[in-house]
Amino acid sequence: MLAKRIIPCLDVKDGRVVKGIHFVGLQDVGDAVELGRRYALEGADELVYLDISATLEGRKTFAELVSKVAGAVNIPFTVGGGIRSLEDASRLLDAGADKITLNSAAIARPDLIGEIASKYGRQFVVVAIDAKSCPDGLWRATTHGGSRPSDKELFSWAREAEERGAGEILFTSMDHDGTRNGYPCPVYATLSDSLGIPVIASGGAGSVDDIAAVLTEGKADAALAASIFHYGQYTVAEVKRQLAGKGIPVRI
Amino acid sequence: MIAIIDYDMGNLRSLENALDRLGAAYQVTAEPGAIRSADRVILPGVGHAGLAMDNLVERGLPDVIRSLRQPVLGICVGMQVLCRDSEEAPGKPCLGVFDAHVRRFSPAPGCKVPHMGWNELGNLEGKLLKDIASRSYVYFVHSYYAGLCPDTVATCRYGDVLFSAALRYENFYGTQFHPEKSGGIGERILHNFLAL
Repeated sequence: MLAKRIIPCLDVKDGRVVKGIHFVGLQDVGDAVELGRRYALEGADELVYLDISATLEGRKTFAELVSKVAGAVNIPFTVGGGIRSLEDASRLLDAGADKITLNSAAIARPDLIGEIASKYGRQFVVVAIDAKSCPDGLWRATTHGGSRPSDKELFSWAREAEERGAGEILFTSMDHDGTRNGYPCPVYATLSDSLGIPVIASGGAGSVDDIAAVLTEGKADAALAASIFHYGQYTVAEVKRQLAGKGIPVRI
Repeated sequence: MIAIIDYDMGNLRSLENALDRLGAAYQVTAEPGAIRSADRVILPGVGHAGLAMDNLVERGLPDVIRSLRQPVLGICVGMQVLCRDSEEAPGKPCLGVFDAHVRRFSPAPGCKVPHMGWNELGNLEGKLLKDIASRSYVYFVHSYYAGLCPDTVATCRYGDVLFSAALRYENFYGTQFHPEKSGGIGERILHNFLAL
């Protein structure tokens, strides 16, 4: 049976992992390659590295990091942050990334999805959508880390992204992100039912029960998590053992 | 020396990295002479099977590949083009090493296409999959699959479809999954290929 995927997310700034990652016995918590390798050994199904550098120099360092990760890690990994052109995507592919995520740049110029997908295949393109529920009852995509609203309605934008060549949708509810109160499962279920491509849930997990809920009620194919791993609350292996105990198909 | 056939079908970096981790020597080449004289040959491939066949024909490689007597491993689309034909390449014969027909998955509730992620192997046979436990998980990304045939040496189920996860005919092997991305299990399978 196809397993539900558990994907730790690492935020990288100027080549170093940021956010308070807590690993007992790991001296250099900033080492993105070592952390990725450790997550992979613990049973992570994929990894996501997001470049949050704001500088050109930081971007260069990130590409070098990607090729080191590719050399060290034997599971698929996705990279994102600041990809605005086919050239940006090509550079990361050449460095060894298996997939890239597009976010604000895809909203600004939706043709970018098709340009990258037609060159490297739909499996290479993940479209990330950070959405907020609006007073009129609609969910709308935001850009620039949730700070700017766009005119894209969540469900129609996700379908458009699929039609344009996205291979997966990574949906984060900005209303839940960082709260550790769980995911909006009905919204995920509607999204998953309306698409023919996998949906990755992101933002809001505070417990294994939350992850279990979004993978069952929310019909998500994968869950991306940062803080529950970073704060040492659970290891990836522990999350997967508990999910397996609830009858959810995971790779152990 | 391993020859990785370079026919412009996707990025070879992850395969090269996996072979580096195993300490294996390889060269990336489309030269018939280099391919013939290699100890082992890997035919990778990500993308469109029809385009993959066109690219092999353009480089004069179909007969070179069919005539190889050393161990050959086709991965993903590389495995599919070793089959008889593919719905992704209508009216075009493929290499015809494996006696399998390649079909497209039909989308079904709960079964999205492409089949992407980690799925379980079953009915494992032969040296390529030596010491791999039944129900081991490996990483797949594909929209087309080879049906079951006498060459099937591992199966996988997606929804209602039971398909060939691995094939073998004489010195030719193929995996629908990506051993180079399948963690420790994938490394063991690549190691088994190197030990054939």
